[in-house]
Amino acid sequence: MKRINATPYLLTAPGVLFFSALLGAPMVMTLLLSLHSYDYTLGIQDDWTLANYLDVFTDSYFYVIFGRTLGLSLLVTVLCILIGAPEAYILSRMRNPWRSIFLLVVLGPLLVSVVVRTLGWAILFGGNGLLAKTTAALGLGEVSLMYTMTGMTVALVHVLVPFMVIPVWASLQKMDPQSEDAALTLGASPFTVIRRITLPQITPGILSGSIICFALTAAAFATPSIIGGRRMKVVATMIYDEYKNTLNWPMGATLAALLLFANIVIITSANRLVERRFAKVFE
Amino acid sequence: MRRLGPLSYIFHTIFVIFILAPLAVVVLVSFTSKGYLSMPTDGLSLRWFKAIWDAPEFIEAFWFSVCLAFVSASAATLIAVPAALALARMTFHGRAAISSFLLSPMLIPHLVLGVAFLQFYSRLGMGGTSVGLTAAHIVVIMPYAVRLSLASITGLPRDAEQAALTLGASRFTVFRRITLPLILPGVAGGWLLAFISSFDELTMSVFVAAPATQTLPVKMYNHIVETIDPLSASVSTVTIVITFVVMLLLDRLYGIDKIFIGKS
Amino acid sequence: MTFLRLEDLTKRFGEFTAVENVDLSIERGEFVSLLGPSGCGKTTTLQMIAGLQEPTAGRIVLGGTDITRLPPNKRGLGIVFQSYALFPHMDATGNVAFGLEMKGIGRSERQERARAALKLVKLDHLADRFPKEMSGGQRQRVALARALVIEPPVLLLDEPLSNLDAKLREEMRIELRLLQQEIGVTTILVTHDQEEALSMSDRVVVMEDGRIAQIAAPLELYERPRDLFVSDFVGKTNLLEARVLSAGERGSVVGIEGHQIDLPGTDLGKLDKVTLSLRPEKLVMSDAADGVEAKVLAAIFLGANWLYRVQTPIGELFVTQPNSGRPGFSNGDKTWLSWPDGAVNIFSAEGRFDETH
Repeated sequence: MKRINATPYLLTAPGVLFFSALLGAPMVMTLLLSLHSYDYTLGIQDDWTLANYLDVFTDSYFYVIFGRTLGLSLLVTVLCILIGAPEAYILSRMRNPWRSIFLLVVLGPLLVSVVVRTLGWAILFGGNGLLAKTTAALGLGEVSLMYTMTGMTVALVHVLVPFMVIPVWASLQKMDPQSEDAALTLGASPFTVIRRITLPQITPGILSGSIICFALTAAAFATPSIIGGRRMKVVATMIYDEYKNTLNWPMGATLAALLLFANIVIITSANRLVERRFAKVFE
Repeated sequence: MRRLGPLSYIFHTIFVIFILAPLAVVVLVSFTSKGYLSMPTDGLSLRWFKAIWDAPEFIEAFWFSVCLAFVSASAATLIAVPAALALARMTFHGRAAISSFLLSPMLIPHLVLGVAFLQFYSRLGMGGTSVGLTAAHIVVIMPYAVRLSLASITGLPRDAEQAALTLGASRFTVFRRITLPLILPGVAGGWLLAFISSFDELTMSVFVAAPATQTLPVKMYNHIVETIDPLSASVSTVTIVITFVVMLLLDRLYGIDKIFIGKS
Repeated sequence: MTFLRLEDLTKRFGEFTAVENVDLSIERGEFVSLLGPSGCGKTTTLQMIAGLQEPTAGRIVLGGTDITRLPPNKRGLGIVFQSYALFPHMDATGNVAFGLEMKGIGRSERQERARAALKLVKLDHLADRFPKEMSGGQRQRVALARALVIEPPVLLLDEPLSNLDAKLREEMRIELRLLQQEIGVTTILVTHDQEEALSMSDRVVVMEDGRIAQIAAPLELYERPRDLFVSDFVGKTNLLEARVLSAGERGSVVGIEGHQIDLPGTDLGKLDKVTLSLRPEKLVMSDAADGVEAKVLAAIFLGANWLYRVQTPIGELFVTQPNSGRPGFSNGDKTWLSWPDGAVNIFSAEGRFDETH
């Protein structure tokens, strides 16, 4: 008879127990909370109801904010692809030491707090910021991007574009650079080489970067909160308001549950798609 | 290898300016002598750096963040390394499930974790405590510690350990004298990444922290939401400088591409 | 008539000179190998012919046209890369048809010619496979078909067999050579494997430190190497430092480690020191008292041959003897070692003795 080896269970036990208590329990409690109703005078009720979910699905106020968050996520993702993928390609083509230096420049900001990076954009976009002064000097009037979609988009692209550079860089490292030479000697123009040889080989990297950028934009809090403020609410800042200002925790929990659900569905289905599409071609 | 065209260099220059501009602006503004946000047009002033000393709550928040990050990164590493050893080296029932469980916080938005902890702790009557905050941080940064430990253990050839076994070492001696020294760089890298993630964490902490247990990012966020003044810029400048030093150290020790991208 | 000419071809990377004043003329249909140790400039030379490296100086002339500054995608040469450089996102047919597509050839003709090229390399049954689903040898064949299908004036092979295992490599040598002769395509092979170069080429170009050391047909290269480097790099040999004791028209006598060796018919003139090169397979071991005494130090059985390390008065030598089916010599056996008169290659500091004097 085969004896069950206890060692792996003992080794993983601290992590599993810790996570069960401190990740499992809070998450379940939040899901349960979303099934209670809330009264502005009496607080959280003891009933069980789907009213919160019904509210979200019937109220156009929520539609606007969910729609805005979706649009923002798509826009930021597309811009990250358009900016991040070429930059990763250029970086991979550079010679050392320039390559190492610029890799540091591009990835380094990831280590700087999002608050600090967003503050920089807030200063640039603000009332008497550099942007307003530049546009005023150009005779366009003082343009402020604070509390606008454009401002949020620019700042979020800045925060998230390294997450596109990283996977594209990784797939470029896996690529045989001689395959570009081969295409060239077979008569392809440099543009055709990029379109037909390079781009298909870095597509898996672009897709996994897109998944990360999309998911992180959809759940981003600091940047939309500082740049978008109350006037340009997204799902994350709306949840914050439900918990911290209106104190309607059940509604906050409902929105959080929906955000989590959407996040997981999108990430796992996109991952599945990538795996199925590319399993035959790449490892 | 083919060379890059001029268009590539133009694109690259614009990209680098885009990446550095907001950081540069923060640093420049922090040297202003004025009482409001402005470029330091009439000479550099250290007025707003002195202001950090006069407002000790930022310094307190900084040290609180350092301690919090140190404790939670160490605890996460202590939990992650044995788990990673089991996950990388042994086959057992539920291995895949345990692995995805320990990596799952990466799939959950920090905001959702934040509201979950907020409710959990207030129900337990430990809302806003440093213990609660530490536990929450351990959960959030655990995936980084697990992933880097896993990577360094998986990349480790087994023959050195098998050689030690044939030379008469016990299993524990093999772990202490062969395995541990070999995976130490990867584990240390995981600890550092966990430390930085904890130090920079804002979204979850905003929900969990009380006024007495504000981390530096939370303190700065609360300050900025109220007013964007040169003080927020000077505090940011200090963190940028510290980050820059840490980054250079990391690059020297490991190579920054290895930490973010993995072995090439 | 010369088909491809390299004139004074030179490539410098900063201070470092990778290729220096390479002059080479190749006939139509010829199979020429560039042979040398790593870093000798052979791959750089190939890349300059392909257009992937720009020469610092010199000219490349193909069929009467100067192609020195022509971009690689306008040269139409077929190249098989060391890594094969297949396109991982295209199947075998897609890979082979790519070059035809770039020429603007229609879909149906493309498919037909790609299939024919795959048939030529005996891979038509795997036309729909992706590179990841093929073995190293199969990938190599796809790379070859991809290079041949565009009917290139010159086929360039960059260490094409180095990633294959030993047995497959030997089979591919014969197959590649037969295929080349069948199509008649002018071929340049870059290799560090002297056996590969000798077995496949019409002529071999040996390179050392960016320069051409010798250009010769395989047999001549092996039997009459021009200097010590070629002698040592091509095949195995025993090199013996000798002092000239006497020299005259009828022959010379040299001393090696205090032992005298006659070199009948060679007048070494006023030379003081020479190096003798003795190929291991030219040496004859026998029990008859002829030549120098030898004691077997090690005997290694290689299947077709025996390889011996023997102790002689002129130093320790390697000897190969064919396996006759009977047991060979054993360690400690005493025997005699001799060689035919013409078997010794003599080198002075300037190079091969009979060419420089």
